[in-house]
Amino acid sequence: MFRLWSCNGGVHLDTHKEESSQAPLRTARLPRELVYPLQTRGGLNAEPVVAVGERVLKGQVIARGEGPMNPPLHAATSGVVRSIEARPLLHPSGLADLCIVIDADGQDEAVPFEGVADYDYAQLGPEELRARIHEAGIVGLGGAAFPASIKVNPGERRKVDTLILNGAECEPYISCDDSLLRNFPEQVLGGARILMRILQVERCLLGIESDMPQAIAALEQAMGQGDHGGIEIVPVPVIYPTGGEKQLIKVLTGREVPADGIPADVGVICQNVGTTAAIYKAIVFGEPLISRIVTVTGLVRQPQNLLVRIGTPIADLIEQCGGYAPTVQRLILGGPMMGFSLPSDDLPIVKSANCILALGPQEPIGQIMPCIRCGECASACPVGLLPQQLYWYARADNLERAVDYRLGDCIECGCCDYVCPSHIPLVQYFRAAKSTIAAKERERHKADHARIRFEARQARKEREKLERAESARRKKEALSKVMGTQPAKEKGQTSADPEQTA
Amino acid sequence: MPATAAVMAGSGRAEAALLLPETATRNMRFSTAAPPHLASRTSVARIMLQVLVALIPGVIAQLMQFGPGVLINTVIALITAEIAEAAMLALRGRPIAPFLLDYSAALTAVLLAVSLPPLAPWWLTAFGTLFAIVIAKQLYGGLGYNPFNPAMVGYAMLLISFPRYMTSWLPPLDLAASHPGFTEMLALIFQPETAIDGLTQATPLDTVKTQLGLGKGMDEIQSANLFGALAGKGWQWVNFWYLMGGLWMLHQGVIAWQIPAGFLGGLFLTAMVFFLIDPNFYPTPLFHLFSGATMLGAFFIATDPVTAATTPRGRLIYGVAIGILIYVIRSWGGYPDGVAFAVLLLNLAAPTIDHYNRPRVYGHPQ
Repeated sequence: MFRLWSCNGGVHLDTHKEESSQAPLRTARLPRELVYPLQTRGGLNAEPVVAVGERVLKGQVIARGEGPMNPPLHAATSGVVRSIEARPLLHPSGLADLCIVIDADGQDEAVPFEGVADYDYAQLGPEELRARIHEAGIVGLGGAAFPASIKVNPGERRKVDTLILNGAECEPYISCDDSLLRNFPEQVLGGARILMRILQVERCLLGIESDMPQAIAALEQAMGQGDHGGIEIVPVPVIYPTGGEKQLIKVLTGREVPADGIPADVGVICQNVGTTAAIYKAIVFGEPLISRIVTVTGLVRQPQNLLVRIGTPIADLIEQCGGYAPTVQRLILGGPMMGFSLPSDDLPIVKSANCILALGPQEPIGQIMPCIRCGECASACPVGLLPQQLYWYARADNLERAVDYRLGDCIECGCCDYVCPSHIPLVQYFRAAKSTIAAKERERHKADHARIRFEARQARKEREKLERAESARRKKEALSKVMGTQPAKEKGQTSADPEQTA
Repeated sequence: MPATAAVMAGSGRAEAALLLPETATRNMRFSTAAPPHLASRTSVARIMLQVLVALIPGVIAQLMQFGPGVLINTVIALITAEIAEAAMLALRGRPIAPFLLDYSAALTAVLLAVSLPPLAPWWLTAFGTLFAIVIAKQLYGGLGYNPFNPAMVGYAMLLISFPRYMTSWLPPLDLAASHPGFTEMLALIFQPETAIDGLTQATPLDTVKTQLGLGKGMDEIQSANLFGALAGKGWQWVNFWYLMGGLWMLHQGVIAWQIPAGFLGGLFLTAMVFFLIDPNFYPTPLFHLFSGATMLGAFFIATDPVTAATTPRGRLIYGVAIGILIYVIRSWGGYPDGVAFAVLLLNLAAPTIDHYNRPRVYGHPQ
């Protein structure tokens, strides 16, 4: 019996998973057009490597970013590049930026995929495997989209001994990982073996919520059909947000990730099961990241999980799920606790999109009441913060105290917001305070930079002044030496001059 | 393509790629909001109502032991509280309906009313409630901003200003031959010039204090008819039913366990220590637990969220300190019961207690 640690806080939510997980996984039909936003983590856009009018094949690289933080982007099906233009991005603001738009031609012709035969990747070393993962464009599919090749490269100083696979889908409504584990458990287990080889660890813990029995059964069956030694399936309690990386690490290993550190600092690397399956497909089949499972649920006629090509417009997926129910009013990307609102459904699925949730009107909450200091928020916080105090300080613009009470550690999970009887929008206060703090940091950084430059300029000016004075004095001396044969009274005159000019 | 077939085969449907026709649902606009997008199930009104419901068993016990005076006081207090709250909100330019409907003024009124003797004159109840709502709550900023428990501020003010009225309790039903009827009580409350000396009696706590002061021993005092198995007759039932109400609130998650546990534990252990030192001079711990306003204080007054400590360890310290202070005031202070003063003193200390008892944050050593 695997002993679990407890992580304090968290809330019990209605899971709403049966709606989408009971339906079988279907493959989504190819859309007419695919859209690929070019924005990257660094802030600069990726460079397209295809031109307008060019025909591209499925799996072909269409854009590249700078460095290992920006893996390449691939076309998910064959077609012609219609344009590279500004399109609305997958963001509540509705802002638009450069995207590559491809008209699919329906033939789905692919570039040759070159994978290694099953489990023969032992001939490849960790460096080579990481390079292939990067080239396949794999980023974290759990939502944060962090480049996978970097995550599995902890470096020399950090000793990693455990790989954790995150199959604990703690947000309500989302069941894409459940669907993946039920249908393709061997991909997840195979990906785990690859990661264990890259990281050179012997132990892998696959955290999965205890209300996913079919997924657990499918995994156990797949475990028996191959050599998966070292991998252990560990059910975790159904409490939100046990699936958060830091919380899952604590629950499975008892270790806490240091506040300004990463999981590798405590010897753990955590990967989403979807990312792991994508790594398997990349190494074994040679297939880059061009598809993923997306849950489409809520107020749609047929909620289900779909295997979707990246770049598919959300409206197409809704159509395949029978369209919206009449009372729909909100469209969320992600889960109801941390997902963000979308202004329209004519937006593309990107690599990190895991769930499309259609909800009805928000229940009216009426007047937001004052904080009654009940302390429920602190009981619910999985990080052990005092949201009540953070709220008071954020409201009073007392940002130093907010930082002192560890506002920076807030993971914005929404637990405090959910339990607050006064319906105070706590997460919004914290996000506003964090962005104010970040803006002030940037200002201070610029001011420091300007000050350093100013002081250097002052020092330079001083030096120049001294040098000029020095050279003038030397010239005078030289001149006086030349004039050294002059009579005494002129010497007296000339010797007075250097003092005057000094 | 073998790779694609391998990927697709698992999905159960080997389809040739089909193109989707143009759909009419494109470009539908949605309303946007910040997360979380789930509605919370609780509200301030719901919490206050649960507390009011939990008070009912204790109030009924008081009703049965001391007559309908407690109900009359409750009605007077409720009316005064709601009018005072509405008037203050209007004066302060705040919306009236949401704050009246959060039942916090009602709760303050009920807590004050059950703390008062059943024959308290109507103006005493009204004045106390007015003071509690207007001065102790609204003038500090209303719900959530008051540093002191409003009901206890009202009670303390009345106790200090009108000590005779505030210590004139009726004998419990177990002892009295009969109680004044409902109309008689109404008359007594609304015409307080009427002499009530013949009717009233001191509480068990008061009796113990005076008798000990006269030099009698505990066994002699407790053999009097006034005392039942645990504590004063009648009073032990009132405390018992407030305890039941409090346990129900714990079960429902309306209050946290730290404050009642600290309170009762602190009082019990302190009483135990002194009882063991000299059983003849100090009452038993159980006597203290089931006398006066102990259970009401432990579960309903000290747990007022706005004025109590909020961190888990802070709450424990807060509760224990109240328990110890109550014992000190009861044994060596000037008043028979110390719940109100102990709570008010700890309200003062609550922010400091919280500051020094912050819970550990994930990822930080301490």
